[in-house]
Amino acid sequence: MNILELIKHPWPWYVAGPLIGLTVPALLIIGNKTFGISSSLRHVCAACIPANIPFFKYDWKKEIWNLFFVLGIFLGGVIAMNLLANPEPIKINAKLASDLAGYGITDYSGLMPTQLFNWQILLSLKGLIIIVLGGFLVGFGTRYAGGCTSGHSIMGLSTLQWPSLVATVCFMVGGFIMSNLILPLILSL
Amino acid sequence: MQISTETNKDFEVRSLDAMCVNESQLTHKWYHNIKYVIVGLAFGIFLVKAEIISWFRIQEMFRLQSFHMYGVIGSAVVTGIIAVWLLKKFKVKTIYGEVITFHPKPFNMGQVYGGLLFGLGWAITGACPGPLYAQIGTGAWVISVTLISAVAGTWLYGYIREKLPH
Repeated sequence: MNILELIKHPWPWYVAGPLIGLTVPALLIIGNKTFGISSSLRHVCAACIPANIPFFKYDWKKEIWNLFFVLGIFLGGVIAMNLLANPEPIKINAKLASDLAGYGITDYSGLMPTQLFNWQILLSLKGLIIIVLGGFLVGFGTRYAGGCTSGHSIMGLSTLQWPSLVATVCFMVGGFIMSNLILPLILSL
Repeated sequence: MQISTETNKDFEVRSLDAMCVNESQLTHKWYHNIKYVIVGLAFGIFLVKAEIISWFRIQEMFRLQSFHMYGVIGSAVVTGIIAVWLLKKFKVKTIYGEVITFHPKPFNMGQVYGGLLFGLGWAITGACPGPLYAQIGTGAWVISVTLISAVAGTWLYGYIREKLPH
């Protein structure tokens, strides 16, 4: 098996996790930058639609590195998909697969279930909740919490800040409630 | 008056909210930002290759059906803790010779309320903000609607911020 073959396989957690963790010192060393991604959404608001709101009245150009960083994440997605993609369907837990089959989700050819994330579904209530309301909660919630998985769970915990631990626990509690209790109702729509 | 608004603005950005403030006092030409594109690009590849951007992996995590996501986040945090400890211990400077600074994150109730709301959104969309960008990069163009909606959510938060409990 050559190196490229190996890279194309899904990476195990003990390879990907430490590499993701190294993003923290990398950003600090190349420019004293604190790792975090949800702030990019705020910078977009500050740059495009500040509307005289105090929360968006700051010098966003000073934080523009963050927008370059997320542009990089987008390009990383392009490269990973076009040059390093795993040709096999994604392997998921059998119990999850049988549950999802009950909601008509049977296509595992992509990393995202194409039966849930497509343009047609946007015209339905289910699609609006998953794509539009879901995104809205991500944007509203991360800013309310002052950070997301990267800013709180990785950067915040790496610097041993207990408020970030509180935030991380709340992320998980919200996720458990949605995934186990509410999402089944949404998928049944 | 001008001065007091300025101060308040700085306080808002620096202390109350942003995790990702720019600690550097230096200013550079724009092309210095290319290095952040490169780090972001590597990060995006890690997200895709570890399948963290997959809605399926997020469901497995929240249904306790797989260790994968816990392993990724856990080992990332352990790596981060060790790296930050080393940077502090050896007083490592940036490539521009600046002292690396760390900002404490004061607690407010927003971390609880906002955290719960984000958790709900994370489990619906299968994405936190980072993966949103990577998902669009993999060709899931419809996720750009999710991203725009996330910008709208951030904007609404800014708009009603003073009325929310913190």
